[in-house]
Amino acid sequence: MKGVSKNLLKPRWPRWKCAQNAHVLRVHSAFSHISALPSRLDQIFRSALKRFFLIVMLALASLAVTANEAQPMFDDPALEKRVMALSAELRCLVCQNQSLADSHAELAADLRREVRDLMKEGKSDAEVVDYLVARYGDFVRYRPPVKSTTALLWFGPLILAVIGAVVLFVSLVRRRKRIADAALTDEQRKRAAALLNGGVNEEAGETKA
Amino acid sequence: MLRLRFLLPLAGFLALAGIFLVALNQPEGKREALPSPLINKAAPDFRLTQLHDPNQQIGPADLRGKVWLLNVWASWCVSCRQEHPVLMELSRAGAVPIYGLNYKDKREDGVNWLAQFGNPYVTSAFDNDGRVGIDFGVYGVPETFVIDRQGVIRYKHIGPVTVKAVQDKILPMVKELEKS
Repeated sequence: MKGVSKNLLKPRWPRWKCAQNAHVLRVHSAFSHISALPSRLDQIFRSALKRFFLIVMLALASLAVTANEAQPMFDDPALEKRVMALSAELRCLVCQNQSLADSHAELAADLRREVRDLMKEGKSDAEVVDYLVARYGDFVRYRPPVKSTTALLWFGPLILAVIGAVVLFVSLVRRRKRIADAALTDEQRKRAAALLNGGVNEEAGETKA
Repeated sequence: MLRLRFLLPLAGFLALAGIFLVALNQPEGKREALPSPLINKAAPDFRLTQLHDPNQQIGPADLRGKVWLLNVWASWCVSCRQEHPVLMELSRAGAVPIYGLNYKDKREDGVNWLAQFGNPYVTSAFDNDGRVGIDFGVYGVPETFVIDRQGVIRYKHIGPVTVKAVQDKILPMVKELEKS
């Protein structure tokens, strides 16, 4: 019991501090064979080594990450650029809000391969798009063609803008007419004059009129 | 008159909400299903080796003159297991021959899968790199095509085949096509 309460009262490092220390210890222990160096030099040397070690590790890690995907890309940079440019205009059928260029889906990779092969055969961009549209429909294109089925998509906003403009025009004309029509009667004119002249007794004006 | 005009935005909102409600209540699968441009077009021609025998080939040309189903499947496809009993039942009933397109699979895995769960297919074509799948506009597994005597695709079912889909769509269509 006594031991437990003592333990609770002991000051503790915040968690992150512990983690940090553990990290330092772990790295240092790797260089325990150079601990005989004078302390200041030792410190500098160790931190430099540590940094170097870290850089090498990070470089290796980045190689490991890119090794799988980047490989086929560098055969022909010009072709690859064309493939990626066109892929960005095409929809991945699996993750439908991603382009073929962005998607990591297996089908997207296959379709990029297909695009690449077609381009290697000398097909134009339009022919490649036609090839995919023949298989997957217009949905693969991010820019749908102007057709009867896509007319609303293309011209809908324009139609809405026209309707909005007409509504605005009509309501403005009506309002102008309403303002012009609202001519004052003689009685109203007199009351207005009375108010302007002897503006203080407003309520009295009302009863007089 | 003036009052009614103020209700207009509300009416617009309700109309939109109605459209969304209908769209969201579409049955699963149908919501994402894309209309295939291949319907009523000749099935893409292919020659592939058969899954069980690399020395034998299969293609739509061999199946001219009969109505058949092409079912795209893979051993790694979860939904294929879901539809599998339905396909088994369909094949047992013998209403229509089912041919498989084993899509982006390993030959060994495909063979083992069929050995484990049963083989509803007359035979399966082995589409290792998925090229034939692309020709058929496959964008997910499973997909099922109804192909007529002339080799024309008449119907495409996207997602696992259900009993309802078989009864309401596929079998009536097969019967219709077999008459002609």
